[in-house]
Amino acid sequence: MLPPSPVELARVGVAYPGGVQGLAEVDLTVDDREILGVIGESGAGKSTLLNLLTGEVAATSGSVTVLGADIGRLDRAGLRRLRREIGVVFQGVHLLSNRTVRQNVEVALSLRPRRERTASAVDEVLRFVGLDHRADSYPAQLSGGQRQRVGIARALVSRPRLLLCDEPTSALDAATAGEVLDLLRDARDRFGTTVVVVTHDLDVVRSVCDRVALFEDGRLVDVLTVAPSARGQRETYLDRARRELGA
Amino acid sequence: MTGVEDVFASLGASLAERGDDLLDALGETGYMLGVSLAAAVVFGLPLGAAVYLTRPSGILPQRIVWSVANFLINVIRSFPFLLLVVFLVPVTRAVYGTTFGTPAATFSLCVVAVAVYGRLVEQILREVSPGIPRVAQTLGATVPQTVWRFLLPEALPGLVYALTSASISLLSYSTVLGVVGGGGIGDFALRYGYQEYDDVLMYFTILVILVIVLVIQAVGQRISVRLDHR
Repeated sequence: MLPPSPVELARVGVAYPGGVQGLAEVDLTVDDREILGVIGESGAGKSTLLNLLTGEVAATSGSVTVLGADIGRLDRAGLRRLRREIGVVFQGVHLLSNRTVRQNVEVALSLRPRRERTASAVDEVLRFVGLDHRADSYPAQLSGGQRQRVGIARALVSRPRLLLCDEPTSALDAATAGEVLDLLRDARDRFGTTVVVVTHDLDVVRSVCDRVALFEDGRLVDVLTVAPSARGQRETYLDRARRELGA
Repeated sequence: MTGVEDVFASLGASLAERGDDLLDALGETGYMLGVSLAAAVVFGLPLGAAVYLTRPSGILPQRIVWSVANFLINVIRSFPFLLLVVFLVPVTRAVYGTTFGTPAATFSLCVVAVAVYGRLVEQILREVSPGIPRVAQTLGATVPQTVWRFLLPEALPGLVYALTSASISLLSYSTVLGVVGGGGIGDFALRYGYQEYDDVLMYFTILVILVIVLVIQAVGQRISVRLDHR
């Protein structure tokens, strides 16, 4: 039997106050252990979709099921419990600047019940993102890519079944972005995490995604399987410059 | 004798006579500052956090709580301090059974300390990136966890620095508490310096207050810088 889908959206609509339509009639299923890209131009509904999955925005129609829970039926405590099963990687990372790398990761683990915490979890995840040697550094002492890796470690430390990423590489150069994307794929391969990546960058989709959902004006217009020949392809910054700018 | 020697001779004589009173006054000021700062931390910190959390765009919007807390802070802060002391006389009498003496005088200082620090706390929490409480919420943190594990650690250097500023303001406020028998260093300067025409003793006392302010400022700044890793 196939494992249940971590995310199921059925005829979901989100209307903001003032009549602005965030999403309309969205049907989308994210398969277990897949990496799904979500792309579209600004205002297409990408962020609304992500906020819907974290419970920050409520659907005004349809149903949103995340890890088996109908988000619309959860009370505050239920929503908090669900959120502890989801990892979120933010574009701006938002690390605690007066806490070390280790403390930034520990704080996420500290929110879980004591019986679910293992002493080695923080060390393991810091090794996984390659920052075990910077555990005692503060965020200001790290590069942008390293900070994003801490953000991924914080999201993964409680071994979530679902990882949501909001433009995780948009502030990074191509090489650093590649390292971050490799981590997302490794997280799926090693921990069996299902990953949803919101991005405007087609290279991100080409690099790591199995499928991609295309949004326009709040509507899901297509879901494509990323061609195996395209998957994993990555262009260096200079190659891209030559291709796009050369005569 | 030269003029300078005269000044030191006069100061020596005054201190020989009033030295014990000066030490008592310093003790009273220390008591008033210590108790009011404790009140600022114990009550002002939660009050400021409550205003921040319950504002319309906060993570726990509660319009009534927010409006009432905001109103109280504004009213207390806009009172000229001496009038606040007078205004609080009935409350002070109800709490202490008297309106006279250092502990009773400290009550009004505590009230203003809570309001002043509460407002500073709210402003500092507003300066924390909105991404920080958002991260806390998406990690499944409760509101108290969001405050204790995310907001306060992020805001700590600013909170310490604000407590420094608050303590300097409170020191200034405390100097008028002589009118209700609060004593303290300000009262000492007025009573034994100004009213007894002992200018040297008065200026010396002002110098002592200045040194206290500079020490508070330096210590607060140093702790704040040490805590700040941005």
